[in-house]
Amino acid sequence: MMGIIWLYIFMLAAFTGYEVISRVPVILHTPLMSGSNFVHGVVLVGAMAALGAAQTPLEKAIGFAGVLLAAGNAVGGYVVTERMLEMFKASRRPGREAR
Amino acid sequence: MGGLADGTAAELIQASYFVTAFLFIVGLKRMSSPVTARSGIVWAGAGMLLAILATFRYPGMTNYPLILGAIAIGAAIAWVSGKRVAMTDMPQMIALFNGMGGGAAAAIAAVELYRGESHGYAVTALAVVGGIIGAISFSGSLIAFAKLQGLIHGSLRFPGQQLLNVLVLAAAVGIGAAVVLGTDASAAAVTAFFLLALVLGVTMTLPIGGADMPVVISLYNALTGLAVGFEGFALDNPLMIIAGMVVGAAGTLLTQLMAKAMNRSLGNVLFSGFGDTGGAPTGEVTGSLKPIEASDVGVMLAFAQKVIVVPGYGMAVAQAQHKIWELCQVLIDRGVMVRFAIHPVAGRMPGHMNVLLAEAGVPYDLIADLDEINAEFETADVALIIGANDVVNPVARTDKSSPIYGMPILNADKAKNVIVIKRGRGAGFSGIENALFYLDQTRMLYGDAQKAAAELIQAVKAVG
Repeated sequence: MMGIIWLYIFMLAAFTGYEVISRVPVILHTPLMSGSNFVHGVVLVGAMAALGAAQTPLEKAIGFAGVLLAAGNAVGGYVVTERMLEMFKASRRPGREAR
Repeated sequence: MGGLADGTAAELIQASYFVTAFLFIVGLKRMSSPVTARSGIVWAGAGMLLAILATFRYPGMTNYPLILGAIAIGAAIAWVSGKRVAMTDMPQMIALFNGMGGGAAAAIAAVELYRGESHGYAVTALAVVGGIIGAISFSGSLIAFAKLQGLIHGSLRFPGQQLLNVLVLAAAVGIGAAVVLGTDASAAAVTAFFLLALVLGVTMTLPIGGADMPVVISLYNALTGLAVGFEGFALDNPLMIIAGMVVGAAGTLLTQLMAKAMNRSLGNVLFSGFGDTGGAPTGEVTGSLKPIEASDVGVMLAFAQKVIVVPGYGMAVAQAQHKIWELCQVLIDRGVMVRFAIHPVAGRMPGHMNVLLAEAGVPYDLIADLDEINAEFETADVALIIGANDVVNPVARTDKSSPIYGMPILNADKAKNVIVIKRGRGAGFSGIENALFYLDQTRMLYGDAQKAAAELIQAVKAVG
């Protein structure tokens, strides 16, 4: 029963992603790609769980690499997205060019 | 693949994950409008922080020093490189961070598969599928990074390349199936499986040219999302499923939008080089290139009512965006109406040019994309083309034999005067002659974009 519920979640999440993006103006494509890149950095919670349960040295080594990479994805994704979006400003004096 | 058992800690984690999923979706939604975009990443960031903190309370979790150490190292490296990267290099940086996410998804799969406990076919299969996608995204993104960063030059192509890729994929899938079915779930089989997937990412990406790289980066972004979603199934983690799937779907749509803007299908990008199908460009251009001096352009701009600036990647390479904006401010102060027309592929990926202009301080409401601005060229006195070429080439509308035929272009040829700032006489990226440059109303201002902009500022000011 849980399996089929997961499938429903999967499908609805896919539609959500499609809808959220579908009305985005071209000017935001690069920051948005970067932003979605940040969101899949949530793989960090899975990597933490995997390393947290690792027992053999091999599992620990791979888990360590996984957490390190995931942390890089999350932190790097946030930093660059924030840097790009911070620059988007409207005209300080609207109508200035129509003078 | 423990999953979350019942208990207070588990409920706390589940509640946090629920809130995080909500914050992610709201954040992405806000990021899709320029007015709210800034707050969008903050919402999503708050969600991420909550989820990470909650995960430390995971039942039965050990290896805390290792976890904290890995997070510290990964976060520090990414923080420094993310803060220092130049805006022009942003596409490859995104590729790198994306590859790290793919690698993490593959690592989760690897830990679970090496442990080799049986969790049923379905769970193992999902871990394997997520693992192969994550590994391809990891090595492929690294190649994309290396290419855009200039570490790898040219595109490696040889006969039978596609066949080799298919064989590698088939071998990886075959071994993956053996692991799932338990016929050979040995450590050696798991190792071979991941090695093949990593090789596939490399061989898939190497033949793709630099101009198509944005589409590939976007595709790998979507793939990483999918891989994260699949590993979420394997770990019984609904937050990873939702975030992964949302990104997978959004990334797929974004990839399609980019490919469409570049007049390329995804299949074309992945399986053939640019121009492979077009043959030699045959379009004849008549007329001559007519040079002009900066002082004359200054007068023309100063007395124009409406100027549309068409920036291309050449402008960004020359780091001329600040000077160009300075020029535009001088014009705006004179009462000239100035707008920027951005082609979807003006930068290295859709929206990249907007970021570069925003960095120079250009307000986003002066920037218009192709659909908004194309009707306005007819009323423009001057179209100022800076470092753009193929995206304003009218043969895309008329010449069926041209490789860029059918690509949506900016109708700069409809403007009353066209000024092209260009370093030399060479053809565009695609090697096609630009008919726009030979039109009667077109004048060529040769020189470095930054220097030319400085001269134009002086010239406009001299008009008084």
